[in-house]
Amino acid sequence: MKKNASWLNRFFMVLVFLFLYAPIFVLIVFSFNDSQSRTVWQGFTLRWYAELFRDRQIMSALSTTLLVSLLATLIATAAGTMAALGFFNMRKRWRGVCMTVNSIPMTNADIVTGVSLCLLFVAFFGGWEAFAGWCNGVQGLIRLPSRLHMGFGTLLIAHITFNIPYVILNVMPKLRQMDKNLIDAAQDLGCTWMQAFWKVVLPEIKPGIVSGALIAFTMSVDDFIISYFTAGSSASTLAMVVYGMTKRRISPKINAISSLLFITVLTLLIIVNVREARMEKQAARRRL
Amino acid sequence: MKNKRALFAVPYVGWMTLFVVAPIVMVVIYAFTAASGGLTLENFSRMGTYAVVFTRSFKLALIATVICLLIGYPLAYWISREGPGFQRVAMMLIMLPMWMNFLLRTYSWMSILENTGLLNRFFSAIGLFSLINGLSGASIEYFPMINTQGAVVLGMVYNYLPFMILPIYSVIEKLDGSLLEAARDLGADSARVFRKVILPLSLPGVLSGVTMVFVPSVSTFAISKLLGGSNELLLGDLIEQQFLGTAYNPYLGSAIALVMMIVVVVCMAMMNRFGEGEEQAVML
Amino acid sequence: MKKTFAFLLALTMVLTLCLTGCGGGGGERTVNVCGWGENIDPDLINQFERETGIRVNYQTAESNETMYALIRQGGTDYDVIVPSDYMIGQMIDEGLLAELDYGNIPNFALIDSRYKNLSYDPENRYTVPYTWGTLGIIYNSSIVEEEIDSWDVLFSGKYSGQTGMIGNPRDAIGAALLYLGYSVNTTDEAEIREAYELLSSAKSNGMYQGFFMDQLYDKMEAGETAICTYYAGDFLTMYDNNPDLRYVVPREGSNWFVDAMCVLKGAEHKEEAEAWINFICKTDSCLANMDYIWYASPNTEALEQYPAYYEEKNGEALDPELYEIMAAPASVLDRCEVYENLPPETQQLYSQLWVELGIG
Repeated sequence: MKKNASWLNRFFMVLVFLFLYAPIFVLIVFSFNDSQSRTVWQGFTLRWYAELFRDRQIMSALSTTLLVSLLATLIATAAGTMAALGFFNMRKRWRGVCMTVNSIPMTNADIVTGVSLCLLFVAFFGGWEAFAGWCNGVQGLIRLPSRLHMGFGTLLIAHITFNIPYVILNVMPKLRQMDKNLIDAAQDLGCTWMQAFWKVVLPEIKPGIVSGALIAFTMSVDDFIISYFTAGSSASTLAMVVYGMTKRRISPKINAISSLLFITVLTLLIIVNVREARMEKQAARRRL
Repeated sequence: MKNKRALFAVPYVGWMTLFVVAPIVMVVIYAFTAASGGLTLENFSRMGTYAVVFTRSFKLALIATVICLLIGYPLAYWISREGPGFQRVAMMLIMLPMWMNFLLRTYSWMSILENTGLLNRFFSAIGLFSLINGLSGASIEYFPMINTQGAVVLGMVYNYLPFMILPIYSVIEKLDGSLLEAARDLGADSARVFRKVILPLSLPGVLSGVTMVFVPSVSTFAISKLLGGSNELLLGDLIEQQFLGTAYNPYLGSAIALVMMIVVVVCMAMMNRFGEGEEQAVML
Repeated sequence: MKKTFAFLLALTMVLTLCLTGCGGGGGERTVNVCGWGENIDPDLINQFERETGIRVNYQTAESNETMYALIRQGGTDYDVIVPSDYMIGQMIDEGLLAELDYGNIPNFALIDSRYKNLSYDPENRYTVPYTWGTLGIIYNSSIVEEEIDSWDVLFSGKYSGQTGMIGNPRDAIGAALLYLGYSVNTTDEAEIREAYELLSSAKSNGMYQGFFMDQLYDKMEAGETAICTYYAGDFLTMYDNNPDLRYVVPREGSNWFVDAMCVLKGAEHKEEAEAWINFICKTDSCLANMDYIWYASPNTEALEQYPAYYEEKNGEALDPELYEIMAAPASVLDRCEVYENLPPETQQLYSQLWVELGIG
C-alpha cells in the first residue's frame, strides 16, 4: 500500500506546500530588504532586526501575546481537563447538553464570539460603575475603582473561553478509550480516588491533554479577531499591531519579528523530530 | 457515585454560562434594541438591504470550502499512505504556517498579487506580457489579480486549508488497516475500496473540516479588506463596521451577527444530517 | 509532539519573563493618548517621559469614525484624543468631552488665533489645535502625464482602475459634493444622495481600486495606485519616498481641517493629559513634530520658524512649494471649507449611505 505513492501524488504535495510557504518565504526575504518596499529588492540589511528590539510597541505586543497565550493555555488546560472528567461522569443527557454548549465557541464565527464578549464586558462595566458608585457612597472603607476598561484581563478571559473547548475535545476521546476497570482495580488495591487519578487516569489521558494544550496555544497565538474585539485599547497583541499596520504600511520590523518567531518554532520542531526519530531507531534496535 | 465526580464540571459550566451563553444572550438583546432604547424589530427590517452581502459571503465561502476540500482531501489521503516519518514531517509543515500571523501572511499575498507585485513583475520579466501583446495586439501591462473576488477566495483557501487537511488526515490515519485488507481480500479493487470503505469512514473528518473552513470564511473581515480592497463588503466587514468601524451601530451589528449565526447553524445542522456523524473529529 | 510542547512552553516562559521584566513596575503616572498612526514624532514621547516622569501610552485609530466607535462602545481608557473638527463637534454635542483647564495649558497662548474659536468649539472650551491642513488629490506624475486640477479625475473616465478613493464617509462624499458644486456642509438630502450616486456609479464602473486610508502610502509610493485623495501632510511623507508624486488642491475647492487635542469626560488622568497637551503646544515640540509628520502646526512661532529649522536640520533650504502644500496660503484656503458638525439626521444618512456604498 505504501509503495504506490506515485510521483504525481508527490508532485501535488510539493505544489500545495509551495502554495503554503510562498508568502512566508516572501516575508522572510523582505525582512532583510534595505528599504520599506514590499516588492522591490534594494539590497541586504540586518537593520530591521536591530531596530526591532528598540521598538516599544512591538516588544510590548510580543510580551502581551506570549503572556496571554501562555496563561490562557495553562488555565484552559487545567480547567478543560477537569471539565472533561466532570462531563465524562455525567448522565448522558446532561453530557449532551454540555458538549453542545462547549462546541459553541468552536463552531461560532470568531467575529460573533468577539462581538458578543465585547458586549458582555461593556454591559458589565456599566453595571460595575453603578455598583462601585453606590458602594463608595455607602461606605468609606474600601474605594472601588469606578471605571473599568477592557485590557489584559478581558483579553485573557476571552482566550481562556475559546481555548477550553479544544482541550476538552482532545481529552474526551482519551477518557472514552480508557479501560474503566483500571480505576476500579486501582481502588480495589487500596488507592483513594485521588491517587487513582494521578497514577492511573492522568498517564492514560496525557497525550490528549498535551495535544489539547498545543492546539490551544497555537490558537491563542494565531488569534486576531477575538482579541481585536476584547482587548480594548490598552493591551495589544502582535496580531493587533500587525492589523493596525496593514492599514498603513507594515514595517519590515514586523517581518523581522515574525521571521524570528517562525524560525524558532521551526528549529525546535526539527530538533524534537530528529531526537524522536533517533530514539525510535534506538528502541527498534534494542528490540532486535 | 457517578454524579459526585460530575461535580468537576461545575466550575466550567459556570464559566460557560457566564462567557459563552451570556454573551450570546447579549447579542440577542442588542439585536432587538433600538439605538434610542426600547424593544424593536427595526434592526431586522433593514436586513433586506444586506441580502446582497449575505449572498456574496456565502457564495465566496462555499467556493473556498469546495476548493479546500478538493485540495485537502487528496493531500490528507496521500500523506496517510506515506511512511510514518514522512507523515510526521508533513503534518508539522501543515501546522507550522499558523505560527506566523495570518494577517501577515495575507498581507504577503497582497505583495505577490498586486498590479506591480511580485507575480506581475515576474511575468513581465520573463516576457509574458510582450508575448501576449505581440500575439493578440492587446496592450496588457499586468494581470489584474488583487482587489478581486478571486483574490479573496484565494486568501480564504490559503488561510483555512490546514483546517481542512488536519481533521481529514486524523480520521483516515486512524482507519483500521485490517478493514481495508478485508475489503481487498473480498475482491474489491482500490477504487472500490476507496469508494466503499475509506470515503464513508472518513466522512466525519470531512464534515468537521468543512465546518472549520466554511465558518471562518463566511465571517472573515481582514482578508476581504486586504485582498479585496474593501470594494465588496463581506458579512464580517459589515459587522465590524457597526462595532469598531465607520458606521457605529452595535444594535444593527448584533442583528446581522445573529442572523448570520442562525443561518450558519442551520447549514451545519443540515450537513450533519447527511453524515449522521455524532462523533466529532479532532485535529491531530 | 509532547516534547515540542514542553520546549515551547519553557521557551515562552523565559521569553515572557524577560520581556515583562523589562516593562518596568506599575504605579507610575501615565497618560493614554489616542491619535492617528504615525502622527507624532516618537522622540517627543520619550522627551516628555524624561521631563515629567509621566509614561505615555500612545495608541492609534484609523479614522475619526473608528475613534468615535471605540469611545462610544466604552471599555477604552483614553485620556487625550486627537479627532478632527467635525467629529469634535459631534462629540461635544453628545457630551463626551471634558472642559479643559486652560490654566494648566499656558502654551495655548502660542496658538495662532486663526485656529481658535472655530465652528466646532466656538468658545474654545474643549480643544487645543494640534495640526491643520488640506485635503487634496495626490497623483503620480510618471503615470499621469497631464496636470490635474479637478476632482473629475476621480469620478470619470480615463484613469479608471488606477485610482483610490479615500476610505471615510465624510471625505469621500465631501469630494463628490465639491465636484458637483455643493457645499461639504450641506444638509440637503437630495444633494447628498446625488453625491452618493456619483460615487456609487464610479465604483460600479470600476473607477476605484478600493477605498483606502493609510494603505495609500504604500500603494502611491510603489506606483500601484496612480491617483488618490488624501491629506497634504501625508503627501509630503509619500513625496519623501517617491518624488514623482504631486499634490493639488482642486479648483472646485476642498476641505481644510483642524485636528485638535481633547480630553474625554471622566478621564482618569486629566492632569497628566493637560501636561501632555501643554508640552505638545511648545514651539520646540511643534517644530520637531512638523518636521517628522509634515503636518502644519497651529503654533504661530513654529509656522514662521519652520523653513529656517528645516534648513538648519537638513542643510538645504526648504522648497517653498512644499512649504505651501504643508501650510496652505490664504489663496488656497479661500476655496476650502471647514467641515461643520452635521445634524444627527444627516450624520445618520452619511453612515447609512456609506454602508450601502460598501455593499454596492
